[in-house]
Amino acid sequence: MGGFIGLIRHDLRVAMRQGGEVGLVVGFFVLAVVLFPFGVGPEPEMLQRIGPGVIWVAALLAVVSSLDRLFAVDYADGGLDLMVLSALPLEAGVIAKCIAHWLTTGLPLTVISPLLAVIVNMRPSDMPLLALSLLIGTPALTLVGAIGGALTLGARRPGVLSALLVLPLYVPPLIFGAGAFAARIGGGGSTAHLLLLGGFSLAAAALAPWAAAAALRDALE
Amino acid sequence: MISRLANPARFMRVSGTVLPWVAGLAAVVIAVGLVWGLVFAPPDYQQGESVRIMFIHVPSAWMASFVYLVVAVASAIALVWRHPLAEIAARAAAPVGAAFTFVCLTTGSLWGRPMWGTWWVWDARLTSVLALFFLYLGYIALVNAFDDPARGARAGSILAVVGVINLPIIKFSVDWWNTLHQPDSVFRLGAPTIYISMLLPLLVMAIGFMLLFAALLMVRMRAVLNERKARALRMMHATG
Repeated sequence: MGGFIGLIRHDLRVAMRQGGEVGLVVGFFVLAVVLFPFGVGPEPEMLQRIGPGVIWVAALLAVVSSLDRLFAVDYADGGLDLMVLSALPLEAGVIAKCIAHWLTTGLPLTVISPLLAVIVNMRPSDMPLLALSLLIGTPALTLVGAIGGALTLGARRPGVLSALLVLPLYVPPLIFGAGAFAARIGGGGSTAHLLLLGGFSLAAAALAPWAAAAALRDALE
Repeated sequence: MISRLANPARFMRVSGTVLPWVAGLAAVVIAVGLVWGLVFAPPDYQQGESVRIMFIHVPSAWMASFVYLVVAVASAIALVWRHPLAEIAARAAAPVGAAFTFVCLTTGSLWGRPMWGTWWVWDARLTSVLALFFLYLGYIALVNAFDDPARGARAGSILAVVGVINLPIIKFSVDWWNTLHQPDSVFRLGAPTIYISMLLPLLVMAIGFMLLFAALLMVRMRAVLNERKARALRMMHATG
């Protein structure tokens, strides 16, 4: 257990010392959302309709852009070899790194989302739902992204390639996360969508570490 | 039995004998199926003659899913048993499967325009088949993204196994969601709901496509093995 917590603390300390890690992801997120009114026009009703989907897509892209620092730095400087050789199972190490990654990407995105809800003219009553859907859905994004990050270690153009691999797998969280708003407007309530989103995150937590660990072991062979 | 098939030289011998027959049979069966379906099968009572594109669309859809299953199973065999030919088979099958998926999507789109009034709709079946297409492309991109081909093959194996979750989603999407795409008429509990005079040419086309896939797979695998042999000979020649 000590190794697990130690790995999380190490990653968080690196992220904080290097500075700008969280800022880059949040900045990309904000910029991506801000671009949409320029692209589709500032009409308030339309922005309100597409707002949740736009924020969710921007969150996906922001997480995808941050995946390269999940394993690549450790792969380059040998930390990954230490992880594989340690007493902690590699799957647990993957989970620890995903927790640290989520704390520096998913959580800041969730925290900043109400501000972006204002930009897309979302109703104030929808802001808690936005934050909740991101809170439940972003762990899935990090975990599935870990598979992509691990598979592309040592590849040419790892950033684009892992985005290509991982974005189709991100579609179910996107459908359920953004669909919760349409469901609420439709009168059916958003609970089903949020529960399915939570189910997806839990399934990712159960299955992704195994795939990512297998990919990491292959990368180090 | 799997270990008996692991010898590349034996595979080359067996496939060398079998390939001309399989390819010839595939050509004959597809020709028979096409003529039967496009000319002799009855027109649909609602759709008229445009139903005939079904004889290409449906078998290619079946092959799209089947070939992905082949890629996933071969990848799993490669991961678990390090079977030497399994990785080659998976890499060889993937572009064929991507082509079948592309044919399925294109013929479906061409069929949808007169029937549904739209080239595309985001219903569950079409979306999940599109996801299958992206999975194929992602697999091909990943396998070719490494300087070391063995590393690429291993990474692709993991991706193929991870993506197999999409196959049941494709199959059951028309049951789980309200879709524009019609429900399954052949592979379902209970008898097929399609009339026998249309079912038979459909099955003939499916068999023809299966033989085509087998022929293409053998050709591609033989090409990879010949390429490796050529490279090994060149290296032996270069080092004297």
